[in-house]
Amino acid sequence: MAEGGPGSIQQAKLVLLGDMGAGKSSLVLRFVKGQFFDYQESTIGAAFLTKTLPEQGIKFEIWDTAGQERYHSLAPMYYRGAAAAVVVYDISNADSFAKAKSWVKELQRQGNPAMIMALAGNKADLTELRAVQADEAKAYAEENGLFFWETSAKTNSNVAEVFTDIAARLPRAAAPAAAPLGGITLTDTVPERAKRSTCC
Amino acid sequence: MDETYDAIVLGTGLKECIISGLLSVDGLKVLHIDRNNYYGGASASLNLNQLYERFCPGQTPPKSLGPSRDYNVDMVPKFILSGGELVRVLVHTDVVKYLEFKAVDGSFVLNKGRVEKVPATDYEALRSPLMGLFEKRRARSFFIFVQDYDEANPTTHKGYDLRSMPMAALYKEYGLDPMTVDFIGHALALHRDDSYMMEPALPTVLKIKLYHDSLTRFAGVLSPYIYPLYGLGELPQAFARLSAVYGGTYMLSKPDVEVVWEDGKAVGVRSEGETARAKLVVGDPSYFPGKVRKTSSVVRAVCLLSHPIPATNNAASVQIILPQKQVNRKSDVYVFCCSYSHNVAPRYKWIAFVSTTIETSNPEAELASGLALLGQIDEKFTEVVDVLEPLASGSQDRAFISRGYDATSHFETTVEDVLELYTRITGRVLDLSSKDPVRAQAQ
Ligand SMILES: Nc1nc2c(ncn2[C@@H]2O[C@H](COP(=O)(O)OP(=O)(O)O)[C@@H](O)[C@H]2O)c(=O)[nH]1
Ligand SMILES: [Mg+2]
Repeated sequence: MAEGGPGSIQQAKLVLLGDMGAGKSSLVLRFVKGQFFDYQESTIGAAFLTKTLPEQGIKFEIWDTAGQERYHSLAPMYYRGAAAAVVVYDISNADSFAKAKSWVKELQRQGNPAMIMALAGNKADLTELRAVQADEAKAYAEENGLFFWETSAKTNSNVAEVFTDIAARLPRAAAPAAAPLGGITLTDTVPERAKRSTCC
Repeated sequence: MDETYDAIVLGTGLKECIISGLLSVDGLKVLHIDRNNYYGGASASLNLNQLYERFCPGQTPPKSLGPSRDYNVDMVPKFILSGGELVRVLVHTDVVKYLEFKAVDGSFVLNKGRVEKVPATDYEALRSPLMGLFEKRRARSFFIFVQDYDEANPTTHKGYDLRSMPMAALYKEYGLDPMTVDFIGHALALHRDDSYMMEPALPTVLKIKLYHDSLTRFAGVLSPYIYPLYGLGELPQAFARLSAVYGGTYMLSKPDVEVVWEDGKAVGVRSEGETARAKLVVGDPSYFPGKVRKTSSVVRAVCLLSHPIPATNNAASVQIILPQKQVNRKSDVYVFCCSYSHNVAPRYKWIAFVSTTIETSNPEAELASGLALLGQIDEKFTEVVDVLEPLASGSQDRAFISRGYDATSHFETTVEDVLELYTRITGRVLDLSSKDPVRAQAQ
């Protein structure tokens, strides 16, 4: 959930979903690091990144699937507490669009009902290979309460737009969220604290 | 699946997921499979529907219990000592960033039929109703000795050689009476029985120190324990994610998965007619019939309540230890309780667990003393689980099998088993002092 009050930076967990190869990791790497690789082999670099949008006052904590979408083995933890999701398909691959629809269903089942969802038709640069029409995807998105962009991680088209759009739609917390009662941050060093008295 | 891996891991219990994460970080190509359609194996946290499926198949949960997905019921209830080994592994692997923890509200002990707060410091000893005035002073000196004890600094040893001196003798030096010894040994040092008394005092003194250090690690907490939001089932999921991030492949819902043996060696696994081969196979005992033996059995009751456990200051989460002697047994009885405050139940519902190591042929009756502390119980599910251990180390047959989860109330032995398993597999000792796992691997 998005947390924090006006003026402060609000933290929001954002998850990516979609078929393997649709370009999820590439979108994240493009957005956060401004990079693109034609042969994006490993997803390690994109698995857990953060990016702050100061103008919107949002800090995204971005979770990539780490390949667990391949055999549908994403854990419930992945969806837990997500304020937003980007469902990605590849416009040159009709099957990936069909899969995107089933990921949307999965989100509706597992995710929190107030989640902001975007549908991204990626690889928009591959115009000659287009297999999914933008109109069709847009109509589907509207019916299901998602907003829609065609993107290209390769040419950097509409990538930042998807994320800023989400940021603009995230509900703002009314008051600064208090730290959860008894919430604890674990580190390897012993935190500073008032030692309980050993003499009295 | 028809592929070759460095390691195949079977079962997504906590131990297997930690191993899978560590091996993937080491650069091994790992395939991780579970027969169930959920993560966690024997150490999963179940929602209400899954809970009913397991304990009363065919029955649907009553509406009064609230939505199924609001529940995360641990199948192996334990709390995490905040200064303990599991926290070190979580920090070392950086898995901690996927999790959120909250302190457990209270730590209690049964004494002469009453539930009392566990005093863990010299200061608390002075205020505890567990002891009379003179006993309090003796306990206080004992705690000061333990808190100040530093293995490397002989001046703190007060002339005792704790490596040879039995714990019983150290208690005697401080003149502690049997009641005090009982709660120190069971509620602070967390021994399950009294066999430690005749053994050297050092390990027990270090355990009491660990309890004390955990209690004082964070300001304002009332127990040495922490617990993850959404239940312990989050832990295996988080380590599985670590493994996946480092290239591990995950497959759930493979009910027929089995180990493939050639010349007495584990060479891979088979499921749905496909075979994956690997240099070694790791897994929990349930995937290795015939290669494991039973060490003990644990009986456990999961109870759903509509109120906190009486006499615990309305604690939203609590542990109560019933030391063996207090309940005329050879092993302790453990009571745990969690609730909405850790997101494991809906508001106004509490989940209590009562468990112990089985000593008789009527295991359910052995839980009576713990169940009696709970007040009215809305629903109760009881189960007996055998704790299994491997017959062999795996060095010969390339099958590296973890132990089942014992009855201890915390994760110290769990992590010990994982680290030992890691060493059996890789021949290396995991260096937990180095925070960066990649660097640790290079050493
Ligand atoms: N032409 C083109 N290729 C892309 C684009 N985005 C990703 N790719 C390529 O598609 C392949 C899969 O991308 P990846 O980000 O790994 O997909 P993921 O499995 O969804 O994370 C890689 O070879 C990328 O280089 C894009 O916008 N245009
Ligand atoms: Mg990817």
